[in-house]
Amino acid sequence: MSTSSVSKGCFVFKPGSKKRKRTVAVDEYFTDGSDDCGNGRERFNICQTLWEKIKMDTEVLQEELNTKILDSLLDFIKRCTSSFQSRTDDWTSHMRASEIPTAALVLGVNVPDHDVTFQSLSELLRKSVTPFAVSVQAKECAALKNLMQKVLERLMGVGVTLEDDEEDTGIHLPHKKVSCSVSALSQWYKSMMKTRAIKSPDKTGGSENGFSQSPPIIVIFKDFEAFNPRVLQDFILICNRYIQELPFIFIFGIATSPSTIQHMLPHSVSSLLCIELFQSLPCTQHLATVIDKLILTSQFPFKLSSKVLQVLVSIFLYHDFSVRNFVKGLQLALLEHFHSQPLSVLCCGKNEALLYAQKLSHQDVEMVRQLPSFMSILKFHSMLVLNSLTEVCQRFLKDLRKYHKNYYPVLKCLHSLTSSLPKYPLGKQIRELHISCMEKNVWETNEYESAMQLLRLLAKDELVLSLRKCADILKPDKTKKMKSALQQLENYIAKFEQLDSKYFFFFFFFFFLNSTTNYFKICSSAISLLRSYLTPPELQPLNEVCYYSSSGVLRRHLNATPRTSIQTALSHPFYYLQNESLKTDAGTVSNSAPDICIAYKLHLECGRLINLFDWLEAYATVTSAAEGKDPDSEDFGKVDELKHARFIQAVSELEFLGFVKSTKQKTDHVARLTWGGC
Amino acid sequence: MLAGLQCPGYPEAKLSSVSERLPCREGQAGTLLALMGEPEQYCFPSIFIYGHRATGKSHVILTLLKELEVPHAAVSCVECVSAGLLFEQVLLAMFGSESATLLPRSPSLSDFVRIYRQFCAQEPAQQTRYIVLERAELLRDMEANLLPGLLRLQELVDDNVTVILLSEIVWDKFRPNTGCFEPLLLHFPDYTKAELLQILSLDSNPSYSPELYSSYINILLGVFYSVCRDLRELRHLAALNFPKFCEPLEKGEAKESDTHKLWRNIEPHLKRAMQTVYLREVSSVQWEQQQMEEKEATALRGLSAHAHVELPYYSKFLLIAAYLASYNPARTDRRFFLKHHGKIKKTNFLKKHEKTSNHLLGPKPFPLDRLLAIFYSVVDSRVAPTASVFSQISSLVTLQLLTQVGHDDQLDSPKYKCAVSLDFISAISRTVSFDIVRYLYDFL
Repeated sequence: MSTSSVSKGCFVFKPGSKKRKRTVAVDEYFTDGSDDCGNGRERFNICQTLWEKIKMDTEVLQEELNTKILDSLLDFIKRCTSSFQSRTDDWTSHMRASEIPTAALVLGVNVPDHDVTFQSLSELLRKSVTPFAVSVQAKECAALKNLMQKVLERLMGVGVTLEDDEEDTGIHLPHKKVSCSVSALSQWYKSMMKTRAIKSPDKTGGSENGFSQSPPIIVIFKDFEAFNPRVLQDFILICNRYIQELPFIFIFGIATSPSTIQHMLPHSVSSLLCIELFQSLPCTQHLATVIDKLILTSQFPFKLSSKVLQVLVSIFLYHDFSVRNFVKGLQLALLEHFHSQPLSVLCCGKNEALLYAQKLSHQDVEMVRQLPSFMSILKFHSMLVLNSLTEVCQRFLKDLRKYHKNYYPVLKCLHSLTSSLPKYPLGKQIRELHISCMEKNVWETNEYESAMQLLRLLAKDELVLSLRKCADILKPDKTKKMKSALQQLENYIAKFEQLDSKYFFFFFFFFFLNSTTNYFKICSSAISLLRSYLTPPELQPLNEVCYYSSSGVLRRHLNATPRTSIQTALSHPFYYLQNESLKTDAGTVSNSAPDICIAYKLHLECGRLINLFDWLEAYATVTSAAEGKDPDSEDFGKVDELKHARFIQAVSELEFLGFVKSTKQKTDHVARLTWGGC
Repeated sequence: MLAGLQCPGYPEAKLSSVSERLPCREGQAGTLLALMGEPEQYCFPSIFIYGHRATGKSHVILTLLKELEVPHAAVSCVECVSAGLLFEQVLLAMFGSESATLLPRSPSLSDFVRIYRQFCAQEPAQQTRYIVLERAELLRDMEANLLPGLLRLQELVDDNVTVILLSEIVWDKFRPNTGCFEPLLLHFPDYTKAELLQILSLDSNPSYSPELYSSYINILLGVFYSVCRDLRELRHLAALNFPKFCEPLEKGEAKESDTHKLWRNIEPHLKRAMQTVYLREVSSVQWEQQQMEEKEATALRGLSAHAHVELPYYSKFLLIAAYLASYNPARTDRRFFLKHHGKIKKTNFLKKHEKTSNHLLGPKPFPLDRLLAIFYSVVDSRVAPTASVFSQISSLVTLQLLTQVGHDDQLDSPKYKCAVSLDFISAISRTVSFDIVRYLYDFL
């Protein structure tokens, strides 16, 4: 760019608005670069609708799970509110110290999930109890001043806007200087109540919004542990001074355990609170419900393979306990599947899938042919080649749907049978059973064998009871096979019940002598009935359409390993740079690699202390070779200024990355901070 | 006793009503009155009153000032998040809202003095004005010149004004190292048991005789006097438990004269109250409900009963590693975590200062590297050093299970301390079947 100025100097140019980057629509990411431009948009649309549905379902689920705790919390708050109003002048209330009602809401350590809970909580409060509900976070309240400011701002700000909506002659706060104190809040509250009373003079008690006459001021501390204890103590002390005028209620969101309250607040402060405890469901139970609703159902065509599910579950169990992150992981898998698998266009509802299968292009058909599951099927049914491939596809898709419809109920049956066994041979949670069923034929495993043995040892009543449970699980299913299975099961139950109890005891004595009695036959055939439906999905043709299986991609995205990436970049620069000249055998670095890679490689050969000069010499030799100098010539490996500067930069970059640091133990040496190497 | 309060310049009737309202504090009130002198006389520039919580400091001084209708401003320093608020409230009480609006943004002490003088010139003091600052210990955290300035405010504004500071801390802890004007010190001693009895008996329930109530208070003090002398708290407890005390009377099982029967009824109840509601393990409302429903105390679990925390698998091991790093000397790591460490006997190994138990000394800080090294050796599977392992460390810090030592912004080798107890960590390690006691140096 040029200027009209004649003087030399620095000029600031604002970036021109003309060269705006073309923003790419989201769905174009699906079409760009892939061969089948036609299906990209459809895949994107299917993906979007599926995700919307998953999102809706999880939200509904979360609300259902939270209703119990939120209802009890609401009860508590309503009780407190009414006790504020009915504060009479009788002897006890005069004598009692006035405490601030406080709800300690124990939500577990999965902090990312709390947002949803708090959001629905404050919505609920605003709707049914009070317009004055504010929530504060620790990070915005470093000092008492900030906390007060936030509370006042949110309370009075909301109040003012409400005023504008309702009437014109509302009070207006002196905006120039609202002093940040609770006494200002108290005045504001009084005037608010006065205007409300004027507006509805005839209605005593419940007023027009369903709020009580003096709605409480609710302060929600979202992350109690992260607050500075001093700030909280002072805030509570201040609020307690005004409790007669302002009906405060606190809600503490606690992640660990309620005893933190006692750790953070001294007795002199905690004696000002009237704390009641509310405990939410454990997050593992939450996850189990989410898995049950989203994954163990034939409702969603999109499926996760065992490895992917394992990655997601292990991130949950080992790292964060966060259901929100689990659902995010599911979303990523969904996106990746529809993005990377062109045939995923068939992964949708039955009718649409059949429709798409008819319209498969030549390319797509070729891709179907290449699918491993399809190829293995071809070996057995060579006649398939004769039929039109689209028809075969349609048949396979129908089969896949049927398979899923039968798989999940039977899985649930098996789980209900085995989950009560001692030591849980097939896993305590249904997801463990699901994973092992997906991996291989479950009836061939040792765990299954031991589970069956334990089942045989069950008393008759117990066995009948658990078989009845299975029948209950199968009942709602409409498919033919399930109906016949149910019929069979009920026959077995009837047979069991006919078995005489006397005979039963007698039978126990001869347990080891004669194990092929009637009883056992029935038992094992009842169970073998279940297993024919539990073949792993990999054996199903066209399973690649529905199953997302690249667990490595998911793991790389969700559970990043910064250290490993740095080391890969340094030791195998080709991996990231994709430059042909950098391609080398394992363990070696090409001499044309970036300086830092060469310095890194050389430093691996050293001990704990590295002599800088030796290092520089070695570096100079390597770079000279890269320049193509004759190894016998005079200035081969000679250190010139440029090389020196490049070397120093590489070393300081390594220091920044934490591989070396300067040391005072020896002059001209640096210390290595990592072990290993050559 | 009632003759104690005498001061010229104030009407007799008011003085006697004041002394009625200040039981057991006649001596202190008399001293204060003597210091105040006649209304128009200058008083000592600053008075510092100290004594434990609920010993009647604010009550005495505010009753005196209110009843005798002396111009005064009473401010609690805990409310004043900045000095500006303090000035504003004082000016508001002294000269009305007009003066407070004149204060500039974030005013300094000299602004305050200037405005004070300006209004003081308009309406000079007929009587001594008093500024009462409750919880004065918080003044120390404000600007350094505030406390010395307030102590000699009389000189600064050239007016008949006295600053009274109330605090639970002795004056020695206040004295700034630059020196300042020494205020007059006045101590409020704790109430004795007899005095507590006298004061608490004053507010008797109207539906029962005062004698019954005072005998109830006697029983209450017998249980609680050893742990709590806070008048406010005792009164609260008295109110909470009185219905239970009266229960036999209501049912007609006992008469007011059956003191022994009443005592037998209430004493175990009070003892239970001491362990639960007094510590706020159980909230007052829950306690009252429980009384009404006649349930056993075991039905309600206190707050500290819910100590269990469910953590992700690796967080548990990180916490265990942090505990080991905090309570084992760094030199012993070789012994615990290396396979071939050779035999090191504890006695030879000990340095002199390490003979005391590390658990008595409390957790020691350790660098991040050591934490991770121990973590990798205690966790039974290979763990990749992923970003989520590191983020778990910081979430443990926000959950206050670990504390970061030094500055938050220290990127280079941050140091931590483990902040959980042995019971807690044993419970955690039991869930992952890790025998932590075998790895603790103290228990070798």
